Amino acid sequence: MAPDRRTPQLLRAFALALALLLVAAPSGGAQEPIDAGNEEAAQTIRGTLSDGKGTSTRDDDVLVEGVEITVRAVGGEEVGTVTTDEEGVWSVGVPEPGAYQVEIDTSTFPDGAELRNEERRVIQTSLNPGQTRTINFPIGADSRQTTGGLADLAQRIVLGINFGLIIGMMAIGLSLVFGTTGLTNFAHAELVTFGALVAYFFNQTVGLPLLLAAPLAMVVGGAAAGLSDLGIWRPLRRRKTGLIAMLVVSIGLSILFRYLFLYQFGGRTRPYGDYNLQRAIDIGPVSIVPKDLWSIGLSLTVLLLVGFLLQRTKIGKAMRAVADNPDLAASSGIDVDRVVLFVWVTGGALAALGGVLLGLGEQVGFQMGFRQLLLMFAGITLGGLGTAYGALVGCFIVGLVVQVSTVWVPSELNSVTALVVLIGILLVRPQGILGQSERIG
Amino acid sequence: MDWISILENSARAGVGKDAIVFALAAIGLNVHFGYTGLLNFGQAGFLAIGAYGTAITVTYFDQSIWLGFFVAILAAVVLALLLGVPTLRLRADYLAIVTIAGSEIIRLCVRSVTFGEYTGGSTGLNSFADGFYEVNPLQGGPYGFGPWRYSADTMWWILVGWSLVALSTLLVFALVRSPWGRVLKSIREDEDAARSLGKNVFSYKMQALVLGGVIGSLGGIVNAISTRAVQPDNFSTTITFFAYTALILGGAARTFGPILGAVIFWVLLAFTDSLLREMNRENLLPEAIISGTQIGQVRFMLVGLGLALLMVFRPQGITGDRRELELDAR
Repeated sequence: MAPDRRTPQLLRAFALALALLLVAAPSGGAQEPIDAGNEEAAQTIRGTLSDGKGTSTRDDDVLVEGVEITVRAVGGEEVGTVTTDEEGVWSVGVPEPGAYQVEIDTSTFPDGAELRNEERRVIQTSLNPGQTRTINFPIGADSRQTTGGLADLAQRIVLGINFGLIIGMMAIGLSLVFGTTGLTNFAHAELVTFGALVAYFFNQTVGLPLLLAAPLAMVVGGAAAGLSDLGIWRPLRRRKTGLIAMLVVSIGLSILFRYLFLYQFGGRTRPYGDYNLQRAIDIGPVSIVPKDLWSIGLSLTVLLLVGFLLQRTKIGKAMRAVADNPDLAASSGIDVDRVVLFVWVTGGALAALGGVLLGLGEQVGFQMGFRQLLLMFAGITLGGLGTAYGALVGCFIVGLVVQVSTVWVPSELNSVTALVVLIGILLVRPQGILGQSERIG
Repeated sequence: MDWISILENSARAGVGKDAIVFALAAIGLNVHFGYTGLLNFGQAGFLAIGAYGTAITVTYFDQSIWLGFFVAILAAVVLALLLGVPTLRLRADYLAIVTIAGSEIIRLCVRSVTFGEYTGGSTGLNSFADGFYEVNPLQGGPYGFGPWRYSADTMWWILVGWSLVALSTLLVFALVRSPWGRVLKSIREDEDAARSLGKNVFSYKMQALVLGGVIGSLGGIVNAISTRAVQPDNFSTTITFFAYTALILGGAARTFGPILGAVIFWVLLAFTDSLLREMNRENLLPEAIISGTQIGQVRFMLVGLGLALLMVFRPQGITGDRRELELDAR
C-alpha cells in the first residue's frame, strides 16, 4: 500500500490517455470558432429577418426584405443604417467594442409583416473585441408553440417516455458507480459524449451504418470506462483518497475531456448519416418518427436485459450486494474490485448507447452529455442514490416532467422544472423514491 | 517572440478583473469548503445574483446603483437560505447537487426570453454602472506604472475590487479565529462531535453558507461594474469549478490561499494563452496540432488536467496544511 509506488502508474495512465486522444486524427472538417480569440477582426452585429418557424430545414421560413435597421452606440451617435437583402440578412460593422442599441424601423416593413413583440423594436447589446453578435427580430406570430389540448399532451408524453428511457439508460452507470464506490462522477457525462462521438466516427468517417457503429461505440465506451477505473479510480481508492477529493478529480477530468472533444470535434453539432429524413407516422393523436419508436423499443429491450443481469446472474447479484454494503460483500467472499470494474464497463457501455440515441434525436455535439448531467443527477437523486432501479425510475420521471412540462412552461425553461422538482423531493423524501429510509446527516 | 508583451499580459492578468472576481468567489468558497466542509457547487449562482441584482435594480426599477448593491447582497442572503434549508441537514453530496442545480436554474432563467423583460435574455443588461463611475475621485490619468497603466475609471474599479478582497479576507480571518470559527472547523472535522457538544450544527452551517455566498456575490458585483454589462453565460458552472481550482491551488482553509490561488491561476492562464498565441503567430506550432481557435480550448484542457493532478498529488495546494484537508463525505 505504499502510495509512492502508485504515483508513477497514475501519471502514466494520464499521459497515455492524453497522448492517445491528442494523436488521434481530428475527425471533423473545419473548426467553428468558439473562442472569440481573434482580436484583430472588427466587431459585427448581424442578423436574419425571418419568421423562424423553428423547423430544422428552414426552407419554409418567410424572409423579409427591404427593412431598415439602425445601429447606435448607447448614448452616442449612429454607427450605420442598413437594409435587409432578399434573404432577410443584414450586417453592420462596428468600429469599437462597447454597448450598442439596434433599432428596427417597422414603417419600412412590407405589407403583412409585423414584429412578434412590438415592444422589442430596440434591442440593447454589448460587443467584446472582435465579437460578432447575432440579433434577431422575430417576425409574425410565434409558430413554435404547437397546438394545445390533449393531443399535444399525448405527444409530449411519448417524447417524454423516449427521453426518460434514454437518460435512465445513461444514468445507470452513474448511480451504480456511486453505490459501489461512493464516487459522484462528474465525468460520467463525458462517457455519454464519448460514446456518441465514437459512433459518429465509425458512422461518418469510416462509413459503417449506424446499426453497426452503435454496438462498436458501446464496446469502445465500455472499454474506456473500464480503463478509467483501472488507470485512475482504482489507484485512487488504493491511495485512500477521500470521496470529495475524488469528486473534484472527476470535475477536472470532465473539463479536460469536454474541451478535448471540442478540440477534436469542433463546436458545431452534426447529425449521424442515417435516419435523418423520416416521415412521421400517426398513431392515434400522436405523430412520431420511426427512429423514436425504435429508440423506445431498443431502450426497453436493453433495460430489460440489464434488469435480468442484475436480478438473475451471479455478477449482477454481486453488483447489488456491493452497492448495498461493500464491506459486507467483501467479507462474504465477493471480489469487490472485479465487481466495481464490471460496473464501470457496463455503465460506460450503457452511457455510450444512451449517447448514440441522444445524438440520433438531436445531433452530436461536444457537450451533449454535459447538458444532460444535471438531469441525470436529478433522476438518480429522485430515484434513490446508488440503486440501479432507482436511477431508472427517477430518470424516467425526470424525462417525462421535462417534456410534459413544456405544455405549460416555455420549453426553454423545461430543465428548470426538473431541477425544481428535484429540490422539492429532497425536502420531502431525501432518500428518494426507491432509496432505503435511513437517517442521513 | 515578443516576450515583453507575454510577460506584460500575464502581469496585468494578475491584478485584473478576473483575478479580483475569482479571489472573491474563492474567499466565499473557502468559508464553505475550506472551513466548514460544505460542498457548494453553486458559487456561479451567487455571482449571478450579485451581478443581476445590481443591474436589474438600476435598469428595470430605475433606482440608484448603491441601492442595487444592497439589493444584490440581500438577494444573495435569500438564495443561501433557499439552498440551505432543504440540504444542510443532508449528506454533503446532496448540497453539491442542489447548489449546482440552483445555479443552473438562475442562469437558465436569466437567459430566457420569458424573463427577458427584466434580465435582457441572452444578451444581458448594460448601461447601469454610470452611478458607480460618477463618484470616481480619480480624474485624468493614466495611473499606475510599468505594465499596470490604467485609465481613471479602470483604476477606480480595480481599487474598489481589491479593497473588497482585502476587507473580505480580513473579515474571514477575524471570524475563523473567533469561537464561531472554531465551531465551523469542528463541524468540518466531525459534525456529530460538534452536535454532541450542544452546538446547533444546522444553524452554523447556514451562517457559513450565507457569509460565503455574500462574499461570492461581491465578486458578481465587481464583474458587473468592471465590464459595465452582465451576460448570463458568464455565470455557467465552469465558473464555480474554476473558483475551486483557484482555491485548491492557493490552499484551502488558509487566509491568503484564495487570493494567491486566484492571482496565480489567472497569471498562468494569461501566460499560456499569450505564449501559445505568440508561438502561433510565429508559426512555431504546426497548424495540424493547434490552430488559432484551438488555443482557448487547450487552455481549458490544461485547467482540467491541472485540477485533477492537483487534487491527487497536492490537495493542500501551495500554502495549505494537509492535515486540515482530510475531508470526506459522510
